[in-house]
Amino acid sequence: MEIPYNVKPRPDTGLYNAKVGIWLFLASEVMLFGGLFSSYVFLRMGADVWPHHILDVAPGFINTFVLIFSSVTMVLGWVYAKMGNYKWFKIWVGCTVLCALAFTGIKSYEYYGKFHHYGVILKDGTQITGHLEKEETNDTVIAIHPDEHQAYASGEEYLKAAGGGEHHVVLLQRKDVVWFSNFQPKYNTFMAIYFTLTGLHALHVLGGALVIAYFWGPGSKMFYTDREHFANRLEVVGLFWHFVDLVWIFLFPLLYLL
Amino acid sequence: MDTTHAHSAEAHSHDHGHEELGYWRKYIFSTDHKMIGIQYGITALCFLFFGFLLMLYMRYQLAYPDTAAPLGLGKLLSSLVGQDMAPKGVMSASLYNSFGAMHGTVMVFLAIVPLAFGAFGNYVTPLQIGAPDMAFPRLNMASYWAYFLGGIIMLGSFLVPGGAAKSGWTSYSPLAGIADQGTGVWHILNGQTLWIIGMVFLISSSLLGSVNFITTIIQLRAPGMTWMRLPFFVWAQFVTGFLLLLAFPPLEAAGILQLMDRVVGTSFFMPSGLVVNGQIWPSSGGGSPLLWQHLFWFLAHPEVYVLILPGLGIISEIIANNSRKPLWGYKSMVGASLVLGFLSFIVWAHHMYLTGMGTTVSAFFQTTTIIISVPSVIILTCLIISLYGGSIRFNTPMLFATAFLPLFGIGGLTGIPLAFNASDVPLHDTYYVIGHFHYIVAPGTIFAMFAGVYFWYPKITGRYMSEFLGKLHFWPSMICMNGIFMPMFVQGMAGVHRRWYNGGGTPDSPTFEMVKNVLYLNKWMTWFAIVLAIAQIPFIINFFTAWKRGRQAPDNAWDATTLDWQTPTPPPHGNFATAPTVYRGPYEYSVPGEARDFLPQSEAPHDKK
Repeated sequence: MEIPYNVKPRPDTGLYNAKVGIWLFLASEVMLFGGLFSSYVFLRMGADVWPHHILDVAPGFINTFVLIFSSVTMVLGWVYAKMGNYKWFKIWVGCTVLCALAFTGIKSYEYYGKFHHYGVILKDGTQITGHLEKEETNDTVIAIHPDEHQAYASGEEYLKAAGGGEHHVVLLQRKDVVWFSNFQPKYNTFMAIYFTLTGLHALHVLGGALVIAYFWGPGSKMFYTDREHFANRLEVVGLFWHFVDLVWIFLFPLLYLL
Repeated sequence: MDTTHAHSAEAHSHDHGHEELGYWRKYIFSTDHKMIGIQYGITALCFLFFGFLLMLYMRYQLAYPDTAAPLGLGKLLSSLVGQDMAPKGVMSASLYNSFGAMHGTVMVFLAIVPLAFGAFGNYVTPLQIGAPDMAFPRLNMASYWAYFLGGIIMLGSFLVPGGAAKSGWTSYSPLAGIADQGTGVWHILNGQTLWIIGMVFLISSSLLGSVNFITTIIQLRAPGMTWMRLPFFVWAQFVTGFLLLLAFPPLEAAGILQLMDRVVGTSFFMPSGLVVNGQIWPSSGGGSPLLWQHLFWFLAHPEVYVLILPGLGIISEIIANNSRKPLWGYKSMVGASLVLGFLSFIVWAHHMYLTGMGTTVSAFFQTTTIIISVPSVIILTCLIISLYGGSIRFNTPMLFATAFLPLFGIGGLTGIPLAFNASDVPLHDTYYVIGHFHYIVAPGTIFAMFAGVYFWYPKITGRYMSEFLGKLHFWPSMICMNGIFMPMFVQGMAGVHRRWYNGGGTPDSPTFEMVKNVLYLNKWMTWFAIVLAIAQIPFIINFFTAWKRGRQAPDNAWDATTLDWQTPTPPPHGNFATAPTVYRGPYEYSVPGEARDFLPQSEAPHDKK
């Protein structure tokens, strides 16, 4: 006996096996990201201070549209595969892979920026964010070129008191500092959850892109041998791709805007 | 059936039953659900035995503090885990903690779930629904190998410097966040971090398995196999699949966060101002230890039902078959298992009454917890009533199945004082809790597993297991199980804490006065555990000798009605010689006017004479 409903839908459920499988998998993915989103809420509710404007909105905004556009191209690719138009299937699915690469490129650029962005916490709890002036920083002094929009209210006040040092370098004595590092995950809870959520999402983007690239490249041989099955495969990976897109649509306001 | 013959290069080359597969494809990297089920079963039984051994060492330590285990077993321990963990064969406190944590982890994630869901679910479910295989055979193989790797990582963690994880099977932060760090242990290859990494593999395995099971049950039911004609075992697996699918991912999320805490130095679960050994812990703080507990128990309470539902499914099959009667209240059992599955997601915080969540939250969770006892009682009551008026055949599987009912009942009823906030507070973290959930899982689920092994063995091998050895296995096991777990209630109510090393301590310890009157029970429990170990020898002998020498069994070894018994023995690739059609419900036993006392689901209706 052969395994039935691999390609053709089962009459009473109206679905083929892989489509049931991917929906179930996505349900578990909802719970995975749901757990992390809940953690975000839980941690933010319990936090004394939570930073604002620490992320640059523009790259996140662009990335949102890159992903939405890639979802559209994914659907178009599937439609053309279903209709038997190899050329346009190749073009649209290729576009999807390029969008995925663009997204990860922009994301890497953002990560790079974070690793070159610093925060200092003084003993009185004041937090100042900015870029490090490496040449003026030494064993006793940390030289910070502060951000125009400080992530913390305490930083704004400190700078105002110091004479509005927006374009000036602020010198801080090391003995007054309790914490000083770049914005790596361990800097604070926000950075930790930011890197965890976006990192896990980026892994999903890369994983999806890898599978889509396979169907675009070596896997596309199936287009001519078993087109219906091939279109189903594109549909299934497409569903995953839309989910990845959807996660980002929640992540963007949560991390960049709120 | 599907008549599409266009195959892709990778689609089902295994579908052609006549095709000869090599040794590796047939026995090791098999995609056949039956072989994968057997692989799961044997691996899980090994882990079950291993987890039991960990517990034996711990029990010996509790009964005879500061004494090396006899018969050279103490020396063996020292040579395996090193002199610093077990000096001169005596278990150190660190090793005790580590064995405690790993006993729980091994038993829950590596033994019971793989046995109940991976082994029985894999072997029996496709047969019972009349499917040729699982919906995704290669995913099935991946699921087994992810489980296997997770197991290897867990076992390997015993051998790294510092030993395996020691923060309890619950791995509460911040304890688990600071454990196994500093000098003398490796950065990532240490007990606690390996525990998390191992868990990620086990979670992935369950995830793949549950997607596969649910899809199979939805899509691959044979013609005529409507939802209400499914054997209860399949329903139990179906609900279990959903529990695994939806409850495990939050633990995966928690695992990722704890991994970040341990490897990257974040403080998701590390509170502000944490002081360890007189030093402020070097992290940014601001995390929440309570968050870990919420995420952990959001998995771990549904997990309890993952542990028992497949057991209930097996017991139902065996009771219907051996009482020669339809299951009483099949529909209410199905309804109850669905309600059970749903409710199990909203009771988790009854594990956390002592955390100070507040009375409103506690009140909510104690209400849902009491409500969840209703469907459990419905299922158990249906099973007991099913026995009434039957002409019961007391073979070995049925002995285990009938013993399951009262023992599982004890486990369930002792849970009620733990469900209420007020009575839970003094009982929390005592041996009472240990007794309660071990009654559910050990004489409950493990007996169901044994029953299942005895029951389906003739289908897998074509031979019955020995009834004599089976009874020699059953009776001592049943007595010893009670001998181990019943005294735990007594100890627990006296206040013996579940994590005490040295079994309540020496006369100079502050708690000794409180518990000294019940400490003699430690020796009782330990000796019952040792006899329980000896009582497993007949099972092991039976398991291996019956394979070749057991009494030969016909295809339908127990005169059963469900589809798993209407296949050739052992079932070939593709399971059924011809695609079965289902005409009736799963338990048509003793139908009046029929020549035989069973009417298989796939037998075409005929005119009654």
